[in-house]
Amino acid sequence: MSAPSGNRNWSARGIVLLPYVWLGIFFLAPFVIVLKISLSQTALAQPPYVPLFDAAAGWAGLMDFVSQLSADSFRLLSSDSIYLLSYLKSLQVAAISTIVLLVVGYPIAYGMVRAPRAWQPPLVMAVVLPFWTSFLIRIYAWINILQRDGILNDVLMRLHAINVPASWLSSDTAVYIGMVYSYLPFMVLPIYATLEKMDETLLEAAADLGCPRWKAFWLVTLPLSLSGIAAGALLCFIPIVGEFVVPDLLGGSESSMIGQTLWTEFFSNRDWPVASAIAIALLGLLLVPILFYERLQQRALEGSRG
Amino acid sequence: MNRGASSFNVISVALGLAFLYLPIAILVIYSFNASRLVTIWGGWSLVWYRELLHDDAVLRAAWVSLRVAALSASAATVLGTLAAVALTRLGRFRGRLLFSGMVYAPLVMPEVITGLSLLLLFVAFDVDRGFWTIAIAHTTLTMCFVTVIVQSRLVTFDRSLEEAAMDLGCPPAKTFVTITLPLIAPAIAAGWMLAFSLSLDDLVIASFTTGPGATTLPIRIYSEVRLGVKPEINAVCTIMIAFVAFGTVVSSLIAKRGAVRRDRAALGAQV
Repeated sequence: MSAPSGNRNWSARGIVLLPYVWLGIFFLAPFVIVLKISLSQTALAQPPYVPLFDAAAGWAGLMDFVSQLSADSFRLLSSDSIYLLSYLKSLQVAAISTIVLLVVGYPIAYGMVRAPRAWQPPLVMAVVLPFWTSFLIRIYAWINILQRDGILNDVLMRLHAINVPASWLSSDTAVYIGMVYSYLPFMVLPIYATLEKMDETLLEAAADLGCPRWKAFWLVTLPLSLSGIAAGALLCFIPIVGEFVVPDLLGGSESSMIGQTLWTEFFSNRDWPVASAIAIALLGLLLVPILFYERLQQRALEGSRG
Repeated sequence: MNRGASSFNVISVALGLAFLYLPIAILVIYSFNASRLVTIWGGWSLVWYRELLHDDAVLRAAWVSLRVAALSASAATVLGTLAAVALTRLGRFRGRLLFSGMVYAPLVMPEVITGLSLLLLFVAFDVDRGFWTIAIAHTTLTMCFVTVIVQSRLVTFDRSLEEAAMDLGCPPAKTFVTITLPLIAPAIAAGWMLAFSLSLDDLVIASFTTGPGATTLPIRIYSEVRLGVKPEINAVCTIMIAFVAFGTVVSSLIAKRGAVRRDRAALGAQV
């Protein structure tokens, strides 16, 4: 496709225009509105915030609108410790979950690569398949297991490991189990993809030169799979920080993650400006990891272009 | 990479798969339990499925979800495929960085942010919320997954086929339809399937963008689950799992048949 003709330019513009405009309207523009509403104030009205921008009033309307904007919501976020604690809790849960996912996921990906070649597509399929079934269903499945009169307590009591039913549900442990369970494919698949592309002659060379297997793993395999580890870690860490379903259904009520706090402000307290401010602050927090992830994704999918 | 799996490799894969499938298996088995309690096995029974048939709210929600999923998956497939073609075949164009940024960001963006921002957009423009707003929201979310799937297929297949067609004077649009499209068809089908199941599954974004009268199945299930485990919910979930498993098997068979046919065609071309 080296000789661009006028014809090609037109069809090229047509191809990119539709998804571009769609994403511009339904992905990018909403953030501007979120920012605007985070600078508004709550009101008992429909919609529940002021000021409303009146385009018909022209320049005066715009000035009037700007003068009414306030940073009250952000001031609330920084002064009330509930919000700060939620952010910290979210970061903590995401960091620990990501580390556990890495420790659990890496051996699985490594084992998959070592499997006979004919087995690999079915194995990949087996790891992907749970991701295609509903997130909500998979979390619900764990409620069946973890609840007080659930299967885990039943099994443990029969084995005489415990005498009274323990409460597994509504705890941080349950949240971590839910996170690891839900996000495991996101960690395994990128690592598998980089390991699968690795040149096996490197390990043969290491073995020929007398390098023990564990050392070859440490010096060759692990460094070469770093891009997969980074992709997997970001694919897990970023969404987990804002996760709502898992902590809401499996977690306790004593401390909530930021996604839950946003949900409560919006649906229960109907405080749209504060909910928007939480979203903007969360976005600011995740901006660096998101940009980093974008770089990786671009390199992975577009790197093979000449 | 080195073949020959050690026992450690075998065990870690086996444990991993057990961890992934055991909870789902338990859920499915207990949907056939005659007893209402999870720990007491009352024998095999279809009683919860029969009760489901009379639960109008769940049936109505399922119908809404299926329509939203079919509509949004189809729109997302068109938009996502176009985006993938733009990113792999157009080289540099104005605004490319912003475009690829917008394509990949929704993949990791926390759902509460996407949901809230779309809702505020609909409110700002005074759009009536319901079926259509959920469909638009799901299209926006799932098109990015379609793009990634189609794009990974586009970068791996043999470009020389396209170049040969164009060298022989085939116009680009026709080249795309007759050469490129059949080659990426399995990826497009997989993209549609993924978009469909993601839409069927989504709770958070649908909760933000829904309106009166448009309760999707996950919203319905969520409100039931908050009240505790119910065998009827196990039955709903089992049906959804069966649905997804069936779709996945069928689509992988289609992909395999397509591959066989392609191989045969390639063989025929050589003879």
